[in-house]
Order: sequence, then structure tokens, then C-alpha cells
Amino acid sequence: MKKVFGRPEALTDVPTHYCPGCTHGIIHRLIAEVIDELGVREKTIGISPVGCAVLAYDYFNCDFVEASHGRAPAVATGIKRTLPDSVVFSYQGDGDLASIGAAEIVHAATRGEKITVIFVNNAIYGMTGGQMAPTTLPGQRTTTSPRGRDVESAGYPIRVAELLSSLSGVAYISRVSATSPANVTKAKRAVRKAFETQIQGKGFSLVEFLSTCPINWGMSPLEAMKWIDEKMSVYYPLGDFTRVPEVG
Amino acid sequence: MGEKVLMKGNEAIAEAAILAGCRHFFGYPITPQNEIPEYMSRRMPEVGGVFLQAESEVAGSNMVYGAACAGARVMTTSSSPGISLMQEAVSYMAGAELPCVLVNIVRGGPGLGGIQGSQADYFQATKGGGHGDYKLIVLAPASVQELMDLTITAFDLADMYRNPVMIMGDAILGQMMEPVIPGRREKADLPPKTWATVGAKMRPKNVITSLSLDPAKLEQHNFNLGKKYRRIADEQVRYKTYMADDAETLLVAYGTCARIAQAAIDMARERGLRVGLFRPISLWPFPYDALQQTAEESLRVLTVEMSLGQMVEDVRLAILGTKPVHFHGRTGGMTPTPREVLDEIERIVEEGI
Amino acid sequence: MQEQVIFAGFGGQGVLLIGQLVTYAGMIEGAHVSWMPSYGPEMRGGTANCHVVVSSKEVSSPLVTEPTSLIALNKPSLDKFAPWVERGGLIIYNSSLVESPPERTDVRVLAVPANKVANELGDLRTANMVALGAYLATTRVVGCDTVLDAMKRVLPERRHNLIPLNRQALARGIEIASVWHSRDPGEVSGAQ
Repeated sequence: MKKVFGRPEALTDVPTHYCPGCTHGIIHRLIAEVIDELGVREKTIGISPVGCAVLAYDYFNCDFVEASHGRAPAVATGIKRTLPDSVVFSYQGDGDLASIGAAEIVHAATRGEKITVIFVNNAIYGMTGGQMAPTTLPGQRTTTSPRGRDVESAGYPIRVAELLSSLSGVAYISRVSATSPANVTKAKRAVRKAFETQIQGKGFSLVEFLSTCPINWGMSPLEAMKWIDEKMSVYYPLGDFTRVPEVG
Repeated sequence: MGEKVLMKGNEAIAEAAILAGCRHFFGYPITPQNEIPEYMSRRMPEVGGVFLQAESEVAGSNMVYGAACAGARVMTTSSSPGISLMQEAVSYMAGAELPCVLVNIVRGGPGLGGIQGSQADYFQATKGGGHGDYKLIVLAPASVQELMDLTITAFDLADMYRNPVMIMGDAILGQMMEPVIPGRREKADLPPKTWATVGAKMRPKNVITSLSLDPAKLEQHNFNLGKKYRRIADEQVRYKTYMADDAETLLVAYGTCARIAQAAIDMARERGLRVGLFRPISLWPFPYDALQQTAEESLRVLTVEMSLGQMVEDVRLAILGTKPVHFHGRTGGMTPTPREVLDEIERIVEEGI
Repeated sequence: MQEQVIFAGFGGQGVLLIGQLVTYAGMIEGAHVSWMPSYGPEMRGGTANCHVVVSSKEVSSPLVTEPTSLIALNKPSLDKFAPWVERGGLIIYNSSLVESPPERTDVRVLAVPANKVANELGDLRTANMVALGAYLATTRVVGCDTVLDAMKRVLPERRHNLIPLNRQALARGIEIASVWHSRDPGEVSGAQ
């Protein structure tokens, strides 16, 4: 009998702790499939963040390092500069990457570090219980913006893909979601391209996933998917972001 | 034995790292240790190594964390305010048991402080600095030759115990020049880095983390660390003495202060005073027993530091109330002179305290 | 023998260099040596100094607080460090830039018109070498030939063309000191 669907080798046989309707699981799987397809599991080192994905090292079947909050790009830099032939990816949420780790991501990108960053943007702090994130939409309610994000006081959400795509060290950036089979297919293509960009030594690559947090958003999983398509994707348009060529 | 060369303390540290096989350096400029990253930026490419100027001490120390995970001999250097920024990574590296060498060319604080030499980071280096139950091995050289030799030793100690090792110098040691015989690395019997995350090829995956959500497991991890720290305390105590055998007044000082104390002792001896020096080289593990034994016949102890009095607390723990422990310190980047140390010696001798 | 000396002047007068040359020469001659520079913002356009110890025994304190000699190339340094010099010590000062000698009667004082001599040699930058020559001739802490040897090692290759001129400047400094010595046998006095 032919097996048509199974667990990628790059994933462990461990049930994840993620909440129902959260797309972390799908994103993990896409990464693992790409690692398998590229045949690089034995030379891949992943870096998990502080946030919901802190335990990602339990779910991936490759060498893994847990970084302090926001520093994954710096840790990835240290690893990649030591093992230039390895494949290094960091897996970071919006608080980790766009708030406390804003300096590290910008500088890893502008140095053109040959690493791949999987950036999971769900517009909220999940693990700590639904506080405002640097990517929380204007007017969005969270436990620390109970009347909705007031841009007068809290400022505007950061568009990470756009921000980083202005840097010359960046080779590939794409924003994707996992809200439909078609979007999942596109997302996987982006992840694959990001890893290929790294392996070909072209520079820094990042895939931003618009992801769900039904529990903290106070929505059902289906409503959450719809909210990404109708709200988040408006502020954060999907697609590839062209590399800005080096001047001079 | 190589030929003597005249070297700045900071350059001796950098060259020692190269001699010790360090091929990865991550750092961020801060006075008074800039000669180290500058030297590394020239030297690393010559030996096929990596020099990277990080965007901050926070990032630089986390690059050290990453390189250590990947099995590299890796170093970063900074000065007091920068070392404060690194405490996050230091705690994580201690927790994850990663070997690395950190250098603090201490300057006056607190806050932005000044840029002249100081020893006011003693507590930070030896008692914690970052969060959690952990210890760094802390070595305090007192000459440019020792900066070189102890830096080489530091890399082996880090690998031997899977622990961060700190070289604690000060601005005077970093800036001064003295003749140095380039050190050589003795072949140490070091454990293989089977734990490193270099790719899970033909073996189960390696995971490096300091996270442990089960308190019982985390307690056990801390117990294991405690066992390791006790082993280090048994095996790695370092100190030197100067004219201590018949000393009625025993000075305790490390680093630059030990040099100044030595000059004061020479002056005191010329005046017929029996004064000697106990110089801790390992600040952690602190040489409690050795100090207690050395001070056994002395009438009094005088600790000299470039701080408000930090090591003096360890000196008191070693002496355990058996005799008076005096303190003389200058701080904020000021340095005690041999003359004022002599004055203090004469005062306590005269008053018989 | 324990020579503890402070070389001081404006930043750019080359006081760190002459200190380093003495240190290097001391090392070549087998003495124990140390060199400790001032550094930081005060250097930029302000005063610079270095502490040098040349000793027959191990150097204890690299910081010189009671110098046996002071070489002061400008007035602020002379004012600052002259009171530090130990009784019976030596002060050499740049009389081209300092009008009145230091008010010390318990030390030997040698006035060296370093800028004037350097200008005569055609390069003001050699003023430090003139002062150094006078210092070497007075104290004989290290040999002049050893200093020239040290110069080859301390100066970068592209600066080696300056060595002949520096040698001349050293010689003029030695000459000035010799004239002084023939007048004053080196007693503790306020001679100048």
C-alpha cells in the first residue's frame, strides 16, 4: 500500500502544545517538509524564540538551540559564522522579532547573514496571555489595549517585511498566510525559496506568516482565519518583497 | 620560549586568544578596551578566523552564545557598562553550560561612569551579575604577561568545565605596555564537544536550552551545576603571595592594586615593618582556605581595592573574625598610590588595630 | 636602579613615543620595564603623558606617583607634575614654551629649548627627541644606541626615513645636557 501522507522526518512524533486553531502547527510542518525535500535535515540547526514557539525544539527533529528573547538572529549569526555550510533558521514571533529583538533582526538582515527567519505574526502576545504586540492592528483589543490600540499613544504596527526589504543585505522576503489550501501552497513555496536562498549563499531570507491566535483574539478558529483574510491582510499585504539592489 | 615583545595589555589578551585557538570574536567598541576588537579585526582574517562587530553588546554576547553552541572557541570583550548589557547572555550560557571567554576591562561606574581603571565590578563578576544560581570562573591577572597566560588558560578551563570564564582586568592593565613572552597552549585533555549543535548527522538531535518548566527538573539541573561549581572550587583556586611568611600585616589585593600594594610593601619593609601580600588570582573560586592559612600568623589584614570595598567581604569570610580586617579603597577611576597605602599600613600598625 | 619617569606635553608632541622608546630600549638592555599612557578625551588636543618604569628588579606599580624624573614639554604638564618629582629628582622642561622655571630648589632642573632646536633642525616634530637626548645624557637610564635600535622597532616601516633626523635631534639634546653638566656636576640645586 502506498503511503500518501505521513510525518516529515524533520518533525518528531510529539503532540504539540499549541492551541486549537493556531497555525503554528501548519508552519512547523511546512518547514519540516522543506527541510526533508532539500535533504538538509542533518545539517540544519534551528533556533527557537521566547514566546509560544519556545518549545519548538521538541517538535523539530534536528539540532536546536533556544535563544533568549529577541536574540535569535544574533544566535543564528554566531552559529552560521562558525558553521558556514550548515542551514540555520530562526523561528520567531512578533514580540520576539519586532519588539525586543528589533535591533538584532535589522542588523542580521543588513549584514546579509545567510540565515532564514520564519517570522510568525499573529498581532498579539500569545504565551503571556494576549497583550498588545508591535504588530497589533490599530483599534485591536488586547489585554493591554482594552479600548483598542490607540495609535496616538501606542503608535502604529510595524510592517516587518516592508521594513526589512529596504535593506541591501536582504535576498528574499515574502509575506504569506495559511488560511486556505491555496495560501498554504504559496506559503510552502516561499519557505522553500527562503531556504534555497540561504543554501545558495545569496544572503538573508525571511518569510513572514500572518498567523492566528483564536484564544487571545476571542474568536473561533474559522473566524480567526477569516480575520486574517479580511483585516490583517489589508494592513499586511501578502506577496514577495523585491530586494533593493546595493547602490555604489 | 619566544622572544620578549613589548605589548599593550589589551593586545596581549587578543593575541593570547589567537594562540589559544580562538577563531571567533564578536564585540562592540567601548573604551578602554578598543585595542582588542581592533587587533582582532586585523588578526582574525590572517588566521582564517571570524571577526564581527556586533550592533550592541547584547547582540555580540548572543553571537558568542550561538558560536559556543556550534562548538567554537569564542570570545567577547568589553568594559563595565557593556558587560552589564551582556548579563542576559552570560546567565543563559551558564545555564546551558556553554564554554566561552569574556573579558572585562573594568572602568569606573556606576552608570556610564568614567573611563579610568576600576575594580568596582567584583560583585558582578563573582557573585552573579545575571539572574539565577550560577558561577563564572573569574581570573584576575596583574601584569601583561599574566593577561596573556591566563587568557590562554581561560579557554581550556571553559572547555574543561563547560562554563563561561571571565578575565577581569582594569583600564590600567589594558592600556599599559610590558614585555611579554608569547605564551603557548599546553595540550590539555579536554572532553569532546559531543553536545554541540552542528547538525544531527548519524546521531539523535542535540538541543541546547536553559529552559526547564518542571521545577523538580530545574532544581536537579541546579544541583548538578552546584556539584560542578564545588569541583571547580576544589581544583581551580589560584593565588600568589609576596613576603607573606613573616608578615604581621597582611595586605590582600588583586590586579593593579596588587602591584601598588607590592610597591607599598617594599617601602614598608625599608622602614622595618613586616608587611606582606596575598594576591587572589582566581576571584572565583576565591582562595578562602589559602588566605586563612596565610593570615594565620598575621596580626591584621588590610584589603586594598579600587572600589568602595567589595572583595573585602570575601576576605572577611576567609578570616572569620579571627583578626581585624581593614580596608583601603579608591574608586570612580582613582587609583591608590603606594604612599597612601603605606600611610594606612603605618596608621593601623601604630594604633595596634 | 629604579627609574620612574613621567613624559608629558601636548597631544601631538610625541611624549607617548619617547616614553615607549625608553621602555623598549630598557627591555632590549634586559631591564624590567613598564609603560602606562594617559588616554581618553583629555588626549584630543589636550595634554598627554605616560608613566615609564625602568628597573633592575620586577616593576611593582606601573603608575608613577613620585617620579625620579619629569620631562615636561609644555607649561600645563610642568605645572601639574613638577610637585610630584621626588627630592633630588630631575626636571627637564621645554624652555621654548615655558618662560619661568619650576619653583623647586630640591631637584635638578634642566631647561632645554626643544622647539627652538627642532626648528633649527628644520622639523618642529623632533622637539621630543631633543628633550629625550638631554634626558638620556643626564640619567644614562638606557643607551642612546639602544634607543635608536628601539626606534627601528617601534616606528612603522614607512616612518623609518625620519630616523636620521631623529638621531640628529637626540645628538643636539645630548649636547645641551653635556654643556649643562660641565657647569653643574649634578648636585641638588636649582641650576638651569
